[in-house]
Amino acid sequence: MKASIATIITFVICLNIHAQDGRKIPAVDVKKLDNSTFNTADIQNDGKPIIINFWATWCSPCKRELNTIAESYTDWVEETGVKLVAISIDDARNQHKVKPYVDGQAWEYDVYIDPNADFKRALNVNNVPHTFLIDGEGNIVWQHNSYAPGDEEELYELVQKLSSGESIN
Amino acid sequence: MKRIALIFLIAGTHTIQAQEGLLENIQIHGNVDVYAQTYKPDSIISAPVVPQKSGMNSFANFIATKGSFSAGVRIESYMPPVQGFNPNYGLQPVGVPYRYARYAQDRLDITVGNYYEQFGSGMILRSYEERALGLDNALDGVRLKYEPVDGVYIKALIGNQRFYWQKSTGYVRGIDAEWAMNEFIERLESSKLRLRIGGSFVSKYEDSKVTNLELPLNVASWAGRAHINYEGFGLLGEYVYKFNDPNADNHYIYRPGQGVLISATYSRKGFGINLTAKSIDNMHYRSNRDAQLNDLFINYLPALSKQHTYNLITTLYPYATQPAGEIGFQGDIIYKIKKGTALGGKYGTTIQGNVSVINNLDTHRISTTSELDQEVYLAHDPKRQGYKANLWTFGDKIYYRDYNIEIDRKFTKDFKLKTTYAYLEANIDVTQGTALGKNVYAHIAVLDGLYKLGKKHSIRTELQHMWTEQHLGNWAFAMIEYGYSPHWFITILNQYNYGNPIKALQVNYPTAQIAYINKANRISLAYGRQRAGIFCVGGVCRPVPAANGFTLAVTSSF
Repeated sequence: MKASIATIITFVICLNIHAQDGRKIPAVDVKKLDNSTFNTADIQNDGKPIIINFWATWCSPCKRELNTIAESYTDWVEETGVKLVAISIDDARNQHKVKPYVDGQAWEYDVYIDPNADFKRALNVNNVPHTFLIDGEGNIVWQHNSYAPGDEEELYELVQKLSSGESIN
Repeated sequence: MKRIALIFLIAGTHTIQAQEGLLENIQIHGNVDVYAQTYKPDSIISAPVVPQKSGMNSFANFIATKGSFSAGVRIESYMPPVQGFNPNYGLQPVGVPYRYARYAQDRLDITVGNYYEQFGSGMILRSYEERALGLDNALDGVRLKYEPVDGVYIKALIGNQRFYWQKSTGYVRGIDAEWAMNEFIERLESSKLRLRIGGSFVSKYEDSKVTNLELPLNVASWAGRAHINYEGFGLLGEYVYKFNDPNADNHYIYRPGQGVLISATYSRKGFGINLTAKSIDNMHYRSNRDAQLNDLFINYLPALSKQHTYNLITTLYPYATQPAGEIGFQGDIIYKIKKGTALGGKYGTTIQGNVSVINNLDTHRISTTSELDQEVYLAHDPKRQGYKANLWTFGDKIYYRDYNIEIDRKFTKDFKLKTTYAYLEANIDVTQGTALGKNVYAHIAVLDGLYKLGKKHSIRTELQHMWTEQHLGNWAFAMIEYGYSPHWFITILNQYNYGNPIKALQVNYPTAQIAYINKANRISLAYGRQRAGIFCVGGVCRPVPAANGFTLAVTSSF
């Protein structure tokens, strides 16, 4: 048992883990907040960096992260042109609460709903919050799971690097 | 287990090849999820004795994509299943229960093999995976999605559902069409009035070996939905009807099933409100008429109560949807008080309120359940209708009440406090199958404080208290969590059932956890006592038994 766990952990760490790096955003149908269909292949930002963040209305650290970023988002956009795309994985139980929450918190992100986890699966997300960084060419260049207060500083440093054309790896 | 290691090795090699350009255009990516527990005897908290002394659930997904093609497999392993997950998973230690190939280009999308799908809000059909619940009713067959013209979406599918390591014997067939006015009629593209309508037809086929009942081998259902938006307003209506479907859940009655969901929303910057009403009657819809628990559901009936996040509110008396019949409504409101005002403070304050009211349907029995279970009737016998009910009338049995308010305020640059109060009334005889004979009333208060100590360090504390008399008595909960961005979390918590009416059960449940995060990899190790409780996602619940020992969780995306 212990040996098996050790084997798995070793492999996980050895894989470390760039297979999604350089990958384009997969094409999956999600919902806009007015319930219309949107294909994720159409996520774009005129050659500037994109943050894709998976969250849910029932996920406290997710809301903590997105509300923290919201405080500086105007500055981030002004300085780097970055766009944050927030993907809610709320299902039919909470889907109707997403738009009131987003407007209530006055978020200026592009928000889509992935009610049956199709986009979440396509990007191999295990649990929320999970953040991806996309470079100006549309390649996934970085990802991060969980949120600890302060993570947004690291994220923004990476966004600034991408925005000024530096490599982040 | 060596097999898994081997597969990882092979996959790892492939990844390297892909990166080196030998398989230039194929990308391989996936994720891993391992959850393991050790068990030591702890009779005070009634932890079950586990002969293997440990359990481990592991999942690894691998997806290969090339242009319009993709293919994927999921390897699962249960050695043995973690306590609280269905023991049927242990019937096979390792296997590949999920694999598919998909082609998607322009307006066409075909999947062969396993797939997940949802029609409308899922009240007629939803196949999905909720790993934390051990729930996976993936369909295995063929699915076609097609958009013949702009604004028209058609889906058609056929398949068997996953039943642990087996398949359901019944087939599921379905078709869904949706029309989006603003995409279909070009000049309405930027109209403020947005309209979408949709409809579904689903049918299951299952053979019958029963001779004393004329069971319908095909059970059909249909659903219709409409969604209107105008600026900040939104209105959604959905109705589902199921033809006669005698099954173990309804004691083999021939009464049809029905469900309705209406949701209205209004929001503008700093304010949002949602009102939802729902009623369902006899809506167990499974691909095996004798299935139990959460097995082989074709449809999904979302619970109409708030999905809380705090431990004492979520895991003691949560609500679980009652597909046999329930009626209720929910109101949810959020308001952000502007920063710089007297009430809002320097950084602003957010207030959220939520009310859920759920009762039984007003039903009048034609025949008792024991009559139905014992006697043989033919389909046309009026007694075999079971009961009469009106979809719009509240019964006198309270299933659930939840009145809660949450105030979230940032006091200084480095200190935030979230205060929550909830009042619950729960009929746990219905939702948890107890025999208490009365409802549980509980008041819960939570203080959740976050202190930032410099750029990377933070401390979060949670203090929770539940006041209640009818079941296990009062609970106190305290937690402290130190976060060191971006890699570390250390958490210590304790729950104390100091108000338990049985003195010997006034027990502490301490736990300590350390977690390490590196990019998309997360490893956490916890040690302590786990309280028996109910773990729910989306109104579907799984009982978590008490346990004492280590818990290891590893997740990774690559």
